[in-house]
Amino acid sequence: MRWINNETRAELARSFQEIDGLASPQESRRHFLKVIGGIGAGLTLAVSSPGTLAKMLPTGVTAAEGEAFAPNAFVRIGTDNRVAVVIKHVEMGQGTYTGLATLVAEELDADWEQIDAVGAPADGKRYNNLYWGPMQGTGGSSAIANSYQQMRIAGATAKAMLVAAAAQRWNLPTAEISVNKGVLSHAGSGRKATFGELAELAATLPVPDEKSIRLKEPEEFTYIGTSMPRKDVGKTDGTAIYTQDVWLEGMLTAVVAHPPRFGTKVKSFDAKEAKASNRVVDVIQIPTGIAVVAKDYWSAKVARDKLNIEWDESRAMDKSTDQIMAEYREISKKRGGVAHDHGSVGDALDSAKTVIEATYEFPYLAHAAMEPMNCVALVNKDSCEIWNGEQFQSIDQMNIGKLLGLPVEKVKLNMLFAGGSFGRRANPVSDYLVEAVHIAKAKMGTPIKLVWSREDDMQAGYFRPAYVHRVRGGLDAEGNIVGWEQHIVGQSILTGTPFGQGIKNGVDHSSVEGASTLPYAIPNLRVEVTSTEEQVPVLWWRSVGHTHTAYSTETFIDELAVKAGQDPVDLRMKLLADHPRWQGVLKLAADKAGWGKALPKGWGRGVAVHESFNSYVAQVAEVSVADDGKFKVERVVCAVDCGVPINPDVIRAQMEGGIGFGLAPALVSAITLKDGKVVESNFHNYQVLRINQMPEVEVHIVPSAAPPTGVGEPGVPPIAPAVANALAAVTGKRYYSLPIKV
Amino acid sequence: MSITLNVNGAEHQVDTTPDTPLLWVIRDYLEMTGTKFGCGMAMCGACTVHMDGQPIRSCSTPVQLAAGKKITTIEGVSSSAASPVSRAVQQAWDDGQVVQCGYCQSGQIMSAIALLEKNPKPTDADIDSAMSGNICRCNTYQRIRGAIKEASKQLV
Ligand code: FES
Ligand code: FES
Repeated sequence: MRWINNETRAELARSFQEIDGLASPQESRRHFLKVIGGIGAGLTLAVSSPGTLAKMLPTGVTAAEGEAFAPNAFVRIGTDNRVAVVIKHVEMGQGTYTGLATLVAEELDADWEQIDAVGAPADGKRYNNLYWGPMQGTGGSSAIANSYQQMRIAGATAKAMLVAAAAQRWNLPTAEISVNKGVLSHAGSGRKATFGELAELAATLPVPDEKSIRLKEPEEFTYIGTSMPRKDVGKTDGTAIYTQDVWLEGMLTAVVAHPPRFGTKVKSFDAKEAKASNRVVDVIQIPTGIAVVAKDYWSAKVARDKLNIEWDESRAMDKSTDQIMAEYREISKKRGGVAHDHGSVGDALDSAKTVIEATYEFPYLAHAAMEPMNCVALVNKDSCEIWNGEQFQSIDQMNIGKLLGLPVEKVKLNMLFAGGSFGRRANPVSDYLVEAVHIAKAKMGTPIKLVWSREDDMQAGYFRPAYVHRVRGGLDAEGNIVGWEQHIVGQSILTGTPFGQGIKNGVDHSSVEGASTLPYAIPNLRVEVTSTEEQVPVLWWRSVGHTHTAYSTETFIDELAVKAGQDPVDLRMKLLADHPRWQGVLKLAADKAGWGKALPKGWGRGVAVHESFNSYVAQVAEVSVADDGKFKVERVVCAVDCGVPINPDVIRAQMEGGIGFGLAPALVSAITLKDGKVVESNFHNYQVLRINQMPEVEVHIVPSAAPPTGVGEPGVPPIAPAVANALAAVTGKRYYSLPIKV
Repeated sequence: MSITLNVNGAEHQVDTTPDTPLLWVIRDYLEMTGTKFGCGMAMCGACTVHMDGQPIRSCSTPVQLAAGKKITTIEGVSSSAASPVSRAVQQAWDDGQVVQCGYCQSGQIMSAIALLEKNPKPTDADIDSAMSGNICRCNTYQRIRGAIKEASKQLV
């Protein structure tokens, strides 16, 4: 997700030209207030009962808008002494509302209690992801990393203006004024004022030049590095509002009958029976199927079951996953495109004393976010408004704008809490949003809530691709690894997306990341890739390529270590001599886990270490295996180095969550296709982790002054290989396909 | 047909088909959105409510079965009249910083309250069996377990 192609860049740049005109601070501020005001106004008009309005804003911002002090796009202080921190990234559980608010609160010296986190409107000019150029969106574990300076500067700027306001009011030099927990004070005179009391005056002062802003040194931090409580509140009493919970005046609910197989279109349909219910309002053909529009979900769903649809299956997908995997296994034996090559791996393997070969298989995976995909859309003649767990603002605006013939700024996106995403909501073709807009366009002026059932969600594709890896490794007589050759076969995620820049010479970096970047000091290494084409739509899935490359590389290195008679931790430490941050987490995890200490009979320990999105994670898993082969992951010790730890508790939560998320495909999850049909449809046959399968997790954070990096994804990759290695330590067997069967 | 429902102590008349799942009556007719839709087939627990104190999956309970029963939703356990168990559970959830995306948590909390109402000192095995019907895709399970134990400590 770090590579945007030039075409998209140009298109986005054009789209934002108009907003570009508003460059002066005063104008920006007006524009900003208009945008923020617009959120409230839009909702006031649209919400069915006034009581719901407060619930609509993710955290219920109370600042009086007209009097707000809004020195930049991210900070807004009301006369009521509330501080709203505008969050440009979607909160999908990863804690970004807390992390980004922490950065502002730190430099502003606000009281944590007075801070509200509020979702930003869509505006690729002001709220772009700094790692993605002119594009707003969340992904690649980049929220904290790209915002670290930006949010701190926003807070420090606001503080400087508040200090200047106090200096003016008290007729004192700014240097004598100090700020602590939301209160400005002057020691000499005992004068004190809150942010709220100074907000109006501060708003009249010039915005200082960014260069004059001094940011704190790490030793001055009071919030950064402390586990401040989360700011995405309302999640324990049912008041938090997700897309599923949006209620608008006159809103109707839509469900869509989707084709049974990829590549299928509607030939004809009969809706007579479906329309019989007086709660069904309309039945509409759209490009992705037949939409039933009704007064409520259940009526729509019942009516959908009564549709008679004839599908045109002439171009339907008809392959099964067995066949796909068999084809990939064959391809893996041939040469692929070169993703990485150093030394001469052919010679090295030819002259090696021992050569080990392994073929790994990974199935398709569904994201299965807890909230099935859904979207509320209202289309009017020359505007469109969306309510969504909005992750991909600029792309969604572009796709919807194209569909409706509207400029992007006429596509207003309200970012609500997302009930999970794991990559699913960042879709280059905005699949479910576009579907909602098609229906809303046909019902112009009526808000439409598109609701996917779990079955719709699970069978819609955009899966983590299936892959086969063939790996060969050679040891010399002393047990040194002399060569490593790996061929990865599977669909390319980036092809045809705005992130096509990530494909070089036919190599999709997202298919090989983690393998082509193998850190171990191996003198001869070649990694190849063959990108296949299937009719199955694929997408990034929490940690993307690392979901499979960490497994093959970390189990294979383990197998080589054991074969060479070396301790898996010792060997890794030796081969990572040039990579201190890798070594740091590996050593910490091994020490804390008591690596080498005795375990009960039938128990085993396994380790894995992996870097993704510039964060380093090592995990040691302990498993117990019963005589009948049933096993349990008992305990996981995790060490993470993500630079400056902004909020240690959120980091721990993301490691715990990432471990559980990665355990599901290790133990139970797989999407299979039979004659082109997705077999799994709901949680009875697409299993995910449950509480009884969750190990005890212990997280240790490496102290660091390096720039902070993400934690949403990096906890996922190491767990499956750590578990497989632990099992191997008990059974002596190796596990080459997921989910693991012992 | 018209059905009378008692939800969180208040009577509601709804005009719907008897087989409409209780979940959709709560959400789409009564416009109470704290109870979530996750799977629609009693596999995930997101829709958990209490019927006469028992935890049930409202997505798979036809509304006619709820007539004449006392239904409690997440809104009901969050009011000032909530039971000590409800308060202890929600407090433990907040103190333990359990939630991530939060979408499963209404259901988790309803299951946890039902467990502790019946069994104030649950063992790990008790927690597993009471809570394994509730999926959390963010995998907050460790903290859920911790929060249940913490709430239990506050109660006994
Ligand atoms: S929605 Fe009822 S159990 Fe999943
Ligand atoms: S907190 Fe996200 S599904 Fe449980």
